[in-house]
Amino acid sequence: MTVEKFSYDNKIVRDFAIATVIFGVVGMIVGLLAALQLFGPIYNLGTQYTTFGRIRPLHTNAVIFAFVGNAMFMGVYYSLQRVCKARMFSDLLSRIHFWGWQFIIVCAAVSLPLGITAGKEYAELEWPIDIMIALIWVIFAINMFGTIFKRREKHIYVAIWFYIATVVTVAVLHIVNSIELPVSLLKSYPIYAGVQDALVQWWYGHNAVAFFLTTPFLGLMYYFLPKMAGRPVYSYKLSIVHFWSLIFIYIWAGPHHLLYSSLPDWAQSLGVVFSIMLIAPSWGGMINGLLTLRGAWDKVRDDVTLKFMVVAVTSYGMATFEGPMLSLKNVNAIAHFTDWIVAHVHIGALGWNGFMIFGILYWLIPRIYKTTLFSKKMAAFHFWIGTLGIVFYAASMYWAGITQSLMWKQFTPLGILQYPNFLETVVQIIPMYMIRAFGGALYLTGVIVMVVNLIKTVKQGSLEANEPAEAPAIEKGYADRSSKHRFLESRPGKFALLATVVVIIGGAVELIPTFMIKSNIPTIPSVKPYTPLELQGRDLYVREGCYTCHSQMIRPFRSETERYGEYSKAGEFVYDHPFQWGSKRIGPDLMRIGKKYPNLWHYNHMENPRNVSPGSIMPNYDWLLKQNLDNSTLESKINVMRTLGVPYAPGYEKQALQDLTKQAEELATDLQKNGAPAESNKEIIALIAYLQRMGTDIKGDTTTVK
Amino acid sequence: MDVMFILIGASITVAMTFLFAFIWAVKSGQYEDRYTPSVRILFEENIQSETENKKL
Repeated sequence: MTVEKFSYDNKIVRDFAIATVIFGVVGMIVGLLAALQLFGPIYNLGTQYTTFGRIRPLHTNAVIFAFVGNAMFMGVYYSLQRVCKARMFSDLLSRIHFWGWQFIIVCAAVSLPLGITAGKEYAELEWPIDIMIALIWVIFAINMFGTIFKRREKHIYVAIWFYIATVVTVAVLHIVNSIELPVSLLKSYPIYAGVQDALVQWWYGHNAVAFFLTTPFLGLMYYFLPKMAGRPVYSYKLSIVHFWSLIFIYIWAGPHHLLYSSLPDWAQSLGVVFSIMLIAPSWGGMINGLLTLRGAWDKVRDDVTLKFMVVAVTSYGMATFEGPMLSLKNVNAIAHFTDWIVAHVHIGALGWNGFMIFGILYWLIPRIYKTTLFSKKMAAFHFWIGTLGIVFYAASMYWAGITQSLMWKQFTPLGILQYPNFLETVVQIIPMYMIRAFGGALYLTGVIVMVVNLIKTVKQGSLEANEPAEAPAIEKGYADRSSKHRFLESRPGKFALLATVVVIIGGAVELIPTFMIKSNIPTIPSVKPYTPLELQGRDLYVREGCYTCHSQMIRPFRSETERYGEYSKAGEFVYDHPFQWGSKRIGPDLMRIGKKYPNLWHYNHMENPRNVSPGSIMPNYDWLLKQNLDNSTLESKINVMRTLGVPYAPGYEKQALQDLTKQAEELATDLQKNGAPAESNKEIIALIAYLQRMGTDIKGDTTTVK
Repeated sequence: MDVMFILIGASITVAMTFLFAFIWAVKSGQYEDRYTPSVRILFEENIQSETENKKL
């Protein structure tokens, strides 16, 4: 048995650490800006690039993919090398992965404020960036599997299993959810429409939480927590059991994001059942993490990294209990569309992801820089102010969510809505929005203290870019030693065969129904495709991120049909590429906004919402009144829509612009008649046309809108 | 709801991948020892272990 000498690549770990810190600060500053905007419209800063609808996707993308993403890579590159007793498979791939990922982030940071968005939550990036993400992800996968194959340790430690699950599943999710047809370099339409798009999106959205924010961090927990505590994980057996059960259950729970929506009921119930089952494997991980510290709680008192880990794991336990509870239909009926969900995700993001990242940074940076942490006191300050920040954030958002939801649902004894004006319910929770921003500011303060602390730490040490290590080479053919491993002997052939069968079954399951089975979405004859002007208006709706504050999904509750009108039907969305159901009602639902107000109301409202609704927190959209509508891609849009199954007549693309101009002039004339200085070639005209169309196709005379 | 079949297909493909990974892991003896791996990761033979052992 020869001992081989090699070295660990610490430089790549350091690079990802720097990236995670920088983008963490940026993402949180943007988050704080978004929080300020929700009680002070002035913080929209008067430019289209900084309105809430564009800032909120920037915030979510920055913290998920830049902050948490880079931290995941940092932790994976550090721990994978060490548990595999091998350097990363290829230094070149590591560098390409690093710079590729940062380039994607920069593209996102530029394109989202410009309003270049696919309009699907957490998957807003447009198709060229989607392709880059897929390529870089594959590079990461090759680098990771290459390292696993050349490992010097026969056993694959549980953390690696979590990383494998992450790499495999995220690739599948990203590809399936990002299938879109380009209209131009910067615009595309998803191939799915309406209900189907919603289902794909939340299958993706839910599993992104599972396999981007959860499984890699469980892997990190299983490596870093025992290292920090200096003792093995409580039960290795439990870690194996909960890993396999977690990944098998997680992929089926997505529909719980669409309860009471137009999704078929059986799919909703399926999502709920799997969500409830998820408590067990999730808590398996939490319990295993916390019990790792059994008999070592005295260390938590002194060691700030362990403090961060304890809060992180506890937050995970809270969020994974709350998640299944929220997926119960009766709880969801209250919580959905409210700030309760915002509290829920921030327990996960600030507590679980954030605190674990901070703990790992405080532990790892001194190690690769061969020094000690500059100041334990500053780290302790960060811990406490961060914890306080989470408490302020979560408590205010729970309060706001429940308050607003109850107000939405409150009827007077006479059976009419007690708060028929949506704005009343917003004004009520403005103080909570202020407290939320305060909590976020505390959290950010802690992070800035951490940055100083880490910079000082780095300055007093020096990076050990290549950390020498040695391990015996893995014995060749170890797998053939016992009869137990006969399966493995014949593995290449069998495995190839099985893989082919799986792919064929999978492909068949996917394709045959597409040809054989007629879509079982009930079609509604009166639902017609959008006119070219409305289509353009809809794209503006997507561009401005209206879905970040307004839903287009009236649930079948009396409190909602009274307030908004007839509940939403699946058949109404068949031409919606992408769907715009939204997930949060910072403002009212817009499903049946069409024809509810005159054109002039919309014109004035978009210029400055406070013109018509004093106290509104909606940003001004005055540039829509000045900017010319860009019709250069209209032909292409009609063509793409037709390819996707929208029944525009062949050759209609040639006539579309003419129809658009005609409709725009009619609308502008109406506005001018009522005294607005409207011009027919401005963006506002298209947006109003879309808003006036929304939800009207099935309205008829039976509308319950008041 | 054709898309349901795409999602179920994709999900089953992922699940099958994991299932085969699981079968492989069990059959190849990954889980025969359910204790030492948890301890092993704690002991890294650091070549410059003097500096390494410093606590925060």
